[in-house]
Amino acid sequence: MSNVIVVLVDGVAYGMLLFLFAVGLSVTLGLMRFINLAHGAFAMGGAYLAVVLVNDGGLPFLLALPLVFMATGAAGALLERGVIRHLYDRGALQQVLFSIGLAFALSATATIAFGPQQQGVQIPSWLMGRHCVFGVQISGYRVFLVAAGAATAAALAYLFDYTLFGARIRAAVDNRVAAEGIGIKVDRLFVTTFAIGSALAGLGGALSIEMLGLDPTFAFKYLTMLLMIVAIGGAGSTEGLLMAALFLGVVDALFKYFLPEAGSFVIFGVLVAVLVVRPHGLRGRTA
Amino acid sequence: MAFIACALRAAFLAAAATASLATLPAPAVAADGKLTIGLVLPLSGAFANEGRQYENGIKVFQKIHGKTVAGLPVEIVTRDDQGPSSGDLARRLTQELIVRDKADVIIGYSFTPNAMAAATLLNEAKKPAIIVNAATSIITEKSPYFVRVSWTLAQAAATLGDWAAKNGIKTAYTMVSDYAPGLDAEKWFKQAFTAGGGKIVGTVRTPVTAMEYAPYLQRVVEVKPDALFAFNPGGDVSVAFMKATHERGVAAAGIKLLVTGDVVEENALVLIGDALDGVISVHHYQIGLQNPANEQFLKVHKELFGADDIPNARAVQAFDAMDVLYRAVAKTAANLDADALLNALKGMKLDSPRGPIEIDATTRDIVQNMYIRRGLKIDGRWQNVAVETYRAVADPGKTPPK
Repeated sequence: MSNVIVVLVDGVAYGMLLFLFAVGLSVTLGLMRFINLAHGAFAMGGAYLAVVLVNDGGLPFLLALPLVFMATGAAGALLERGVIRHLYDRGALQQVLFSIGLAFALSATATIAFGPQQQGVQIPSWLMGRHCVFGVQISGYRVFLVAAGAATAAALAYLFDYTLFGARIRAAVDNRVAAEGIGIKVDRLFVTTFAIGSALAGLGGALSIEMLGLDPTFAFKYLTMLLMIVAIGGAGSTEGLLMAALFLGVVDALFKYFLPEAGSFVIFGVLVAVLVVRPHGLRGRTA
Repeated sequence: MAFIACALRAAFLAAAATASLATLPAPAVAADGKLTIGLVLPLSGAFANEGRQYENGIKVFQKIHGKTVAGLPVEIVTRDDQGPSSGDLARRLTQELIVRDKADVIIGYSFTPNAMAAATLLNEAKKPAIIVNAATSIITEKSPYFVRVSWTLAQAAATLGDWAAKNGIKTAYTMVSDYAPGLDAEKWFKQAFTAGGGKIVGTVRTPVTAMEYAPYLQRVVEVKPDALFAFNPGGDVSVAFMKATHERGVAAAGIKLLVTGDVVEENALVLIGDALDGVISVHHYQIGLQNPANEQFLKVHKELFGADDIPNARAVQAFDAMDVLYRAVAKTAANLDADALLNALKGMKLDSPRGPIEIDATTRDIVQNMYIRRGLKIDGRWQNVAVETYRAVADPGKTPPK
């Protein structure tokens, strides 16, 4: 029995990693409805920045994380002001073409700057070892992921669902003209939100290196997985995204443990099943 | 003028050809007065790092041995096949190299599907191809024009299975990536291990791109075999796998980890870190090998690419591909006819940075030392250190002659 608990705990931690990786996409794609296929590339940018800060700059990993968060947020804000704001009222295809093109360009830039090889980041040794938490052996990094994921989920749920900022952004996405009519500064609202989405992407990328590795193809390798999690969670819902990520993490772990023959089929089967039953995802708003 | 030069040249070549016919057995030299090598390597995408290793190996070779052989200037034309799952592209590039660039020899194919896709084309064009990596046994049986200087999974896995059985390991669990090379690895490890008296107590095949191994390894730790044998496709997947074995405490549970050498490639060791402690791997090359050829190889590699750029077996494989080709061209006195080159390649023996190697005269596959290595930290750096050598190992995976 305790073995199953170990597998469950591992699955929860892996789900939290997926949540942290995908949550920025849930903001830009889900909440703002900008089809942001460059999310993986933003995450890659944050991850490379973390590698430079920690391995070359000598900063501790935990100190590098807030810097990565702020830097990718600032880059996202610049990008939004420069280009992306012109794309909000364009069609889905134009948004797809722009963002996937941007992702290719960023991936190629990473190849030039860092070369095609795998990168790693130095994690503090106290995060590496195995610890006994409530009688279950778990690695320090997984505990850290669970804590970071829970804190991020709580902060975002509060920000988007319970503050005036959150109400304004939802209003502005649903009906921009009416929102501007009642005095909401939509421009400023959107740049802030896009920056938050980019910052979360960068943070998610930096946190993923230890478990998913990092090379220039990072921009695309996990894109399908990220879009799946956002689709299952329901666009724009932090709770839905958290549920989806944890659900996928746990289901994946249980199948790998009990029925490894099922292979990678399981996770796609879950996607199809959820979308057949609930086309807008677990918690999607039917806008 | 150009026309006249061309006509003169044609006349001269015709005269030369007649002359050589008249004075048999003097061989016909290269038709265009140079040796053109077509390279088909993965140079972009997820496997670009592998492609760079091969390219570097070739540059090291040419730095040492120059860009002419037997009086012929050597021209290299490089093409990018973008990795596996592009067999059709590899085939098309091979065709272009032969037809348009007039390549005399192809060097390349990092992946089995790409080599397989090119096989029938080589048969039609009658051009030799030196396989620089693709490691499934059957490839060299698909075309008599294939020569392989890399390794085969059967060669590695069977050696490791034999070693395990002879070194006190009674029970083993196998965990391989679920694709053709993985199945080869599983089959040959099992065969050699059970032949030596060992018992397989569990088997699992993981998705090729799987990054999360904790649940699989939890199962292994519960079964508690003497050893876990694993193969996966290198790169990020293998780094994630190795880290996971450390996180899960496979070694701490008293289970010895056995892997094929590509799982713990030299340039991934800094990422794998402490997870390499005590891991037993089998490979045909590691940088710690002490022989004159390897010393020279490492010295020139360092001169060209710096101390931070660590070569792995792939660089040596490409180096050796060039070496066997240069020697073959020298042996035929610049006759680039496919049959002449293949005859020169068959049975060729030389001292590679990986130790003595031989191209088997009948199978055209490589016979080489396989090294059993243990992961050790030396001077603060993790390394695979050879603890035992299996000499002159041939590929056990060939179809037996009927």
